[in-house]
Amino acid sequence: MTKEISLEHVWVEFGEFTAVHKANLNIAGGEFFSFLGPSGCGKTTLLRCISGFQEPTRGKVKIGGQDMRGVGPNKRPTALIFQNLALFPLRTVADNIAFPLEVRGVDKKTRRKRADELLELIALPGQGDKKVSELSGGQKQRVAIARALAVEPDILLLDEPLSALDLKLRQHMRTELRAIQKQVGLTFIYITHDQGEALTMSDRIAVMNKGKIEQIGDGKAIYDHPTTSFVASFVGENNVLDGTVLSNDGKTMKIDAGLGTPFTVENHPAGGPALAPGDACHLFVRPEALRLSKDDSAINQFETNFVTEEFEGNMRHIVMNASGTDLKLSLINDGTNAIDANTPVKLDFAPEMGIALKPGELASA
Amino acid sequence: MRDLFYDLVRRNGMAVSIYLMLAVSLWVFILIILPQLTMLDYSFRFNLPPAKIGGPEDVYTLEQYRYFFQGSGASDGINTLDIGILFKTLLAAVFVTVFDLIICYPVAFVLAKSSTGAKARLLVLALIVPYWINEILRAFAFRILFGATGVINETGMGLGLWDTPIDFIRQDVALYAGLAYAYILLMIFPLYNAIESLDRNQIEAARDMGANWWQVHAKVVIPYAKPGIASGMTMVFMLTSGALAAPQILGGPSNLWFTQLVYQWFNSGGNWPRGSAYAMVLLIVCIALVLLVMRLFKVSIGEIKQ
Repeated sequence: MTKEISLEHVWVEFGEFTAVHKANLNIAGGEFFSFLGPSGCGKTTLLRCISGFQEPTRGKVKIGGQDMRGVGPNKRPTALIFQNLALFPLRTVADNIAFPLEVRGVDKKTRRKRADELLELIALPGQGDKKVSELSGGQKQRVAIARALAVEPDILLLDEPLSALDLKLRQHMRTELRAIQKQVGLTFIYITHDQGEALTMSDRIAVMNKGKIEQIGDGKAIYDHPTTSFVASFVGENNVLDGTVLSNDGKTMKIDAGLGTPFTVENHPAGGPALAPGDACHLFVRPEALRLSKDDSAINQFETNFVTEEFEGNMRHIVMNASGTDLKLSLINDGTNAIDANTPVKLDFAPEMGIALKPGELASA
Repeated sequence: MRDLFYDLVRRNGMAVSIYLMLAVSLWVFILIILPQLTMLDYSFRFNLPPAKIGGPEDVYTLEQYRYFFQGSGASDGINTLDIGILFKTLLAAVFVTVFDLIICYPVAFVLAKSSTGAKARLLVLALIVPYWINEILRAFAFRILFGATGVINETGMGLGLWDTPIDFIRQDVALYAGLAYAYILLMIFPLYNAIESLDRNQIEAARDMGANWWQVHAKVVIPYAKPGIASGMTMVFMLTSGALAAPQILGGPSNLWFTQLVYQWFNSGGNWPRGSAYAMVLLIVCIALVLLVMRLFKVSIGEIKQ
């Protein structure tokens, strides 16, 4: 069974401080939904509202159409996986996994059977009698998932569960989590500040900043068509130029960013609010959208000087300077992109790769 | 021992190390081991007038212990009076200890998990301040409180709850209350320390997985706090069963605490060997009881230390 979750105008206020600012969204049953944002953006508070540890000051949390107000965390069809996992150190692996059954009065034999089934699911068969401290980080992670699944909840809530793991394991666990989610078919709600995690695993992502949901969409929409300056600068690398809109015919805009000829930028139906001539704007161009000009007739061309290069093997991350603004440029190391450090280099970008948005708060690097 | 000393020298230098070693040795030997050994030695001797000490009659004997078990009567009699007092004392001490645990657990839990920073420090201070007052004065305060014309009787009768003053002293209510209060901090702080180090997420995880509040405590908090509980209970039990001031001041006229018996043999009885033997009996029985209970609840001494 999977249930839909809806947040209806949810506010959470701690005295003067607003932790969640009118969150309004629906999460479909069986969806892998992520809340992405910097620390302190309110994503954990929102998760606590869904799990029942926090009552919204205003608004409603509904699970399967049912208002959850006054329903305690032990009565909700949700299971939460904590950032530090919160496994019980004094219990064995099997007793940890069977804890939710134990508190429901399930007898010992059935408990053990279910624990063994779940150990099978998380690929740790026969390890039930081990102590938690004898497991590796990744194994503990999987035990925490098994424990959460023990009573077949409708919704699994995960609060940055991978942040304590090292990089390799983290990448491995991403694939594994996604596979488990597909296998059990539950709704997963995932909290993270790591955009890589959010982009690779999620069906949809809500990007949050300072208690507000800035944008909801799938990974591609969030990355390719951010609707606010915060999302554009928080998700992935981005170059930002201050500019002024010169004209907008609905299809393309002309933007003066102080780098010679005005730039031509396409409007996109999924993009941010429309800009009118005379409006100030932030013009975003991804490092991978910038390219070395092959000839002088290219559109959106401007002159830059070499500053520094960071060599990553397959990619070269180069910083160029255009009239005082540093721009990041990512090039594939295929031997065709030689840059002479001593002469000016011309760069350009395709009109559909430029994103013009109303000036707003930028994510701090 | 030598390694320990070298380690000390390496860390603190020669002068400080010698001082530390001397101070600790003196402390342990003169203040703890020597008096206990003397008591032990005394307990195996006859009570002789000073002139005969060191004479031919001054030999080791089990007479003092025999007296505790058999009394002054025939050789097959049993000293039901003194043994009875010992059991009553131990039983009362167990009762006081359990009572303290029941009172202190919620306080320690709230202190450790629900209050933060300044509020917690203020609460701790409020707990400690009453202990700036001398133990005997506190016992007398309880006597006044529970007396026939004390605040409790006056209030009770004023509210019409009862007509004639209740004799809290004779019924040992005052004694139990006084003893429970006397060592309550020694229960709260080990509990507080144990619970405080418990990760709050463990409690929330248990809640989230369907545990009600009772189950959270029974299955998560109490098992985790077990060493602290054992430590607090041991201290309260040992000190309560060895208490003298509170039973002297708050005990009913017909109710003797075992320590009062020891005191009588030393003081008015003038029989130091017998007093020593009684003190040894109390000490050994208490230690045995504590070890037994720890074994039953599977707590090791190593855990308590932490």
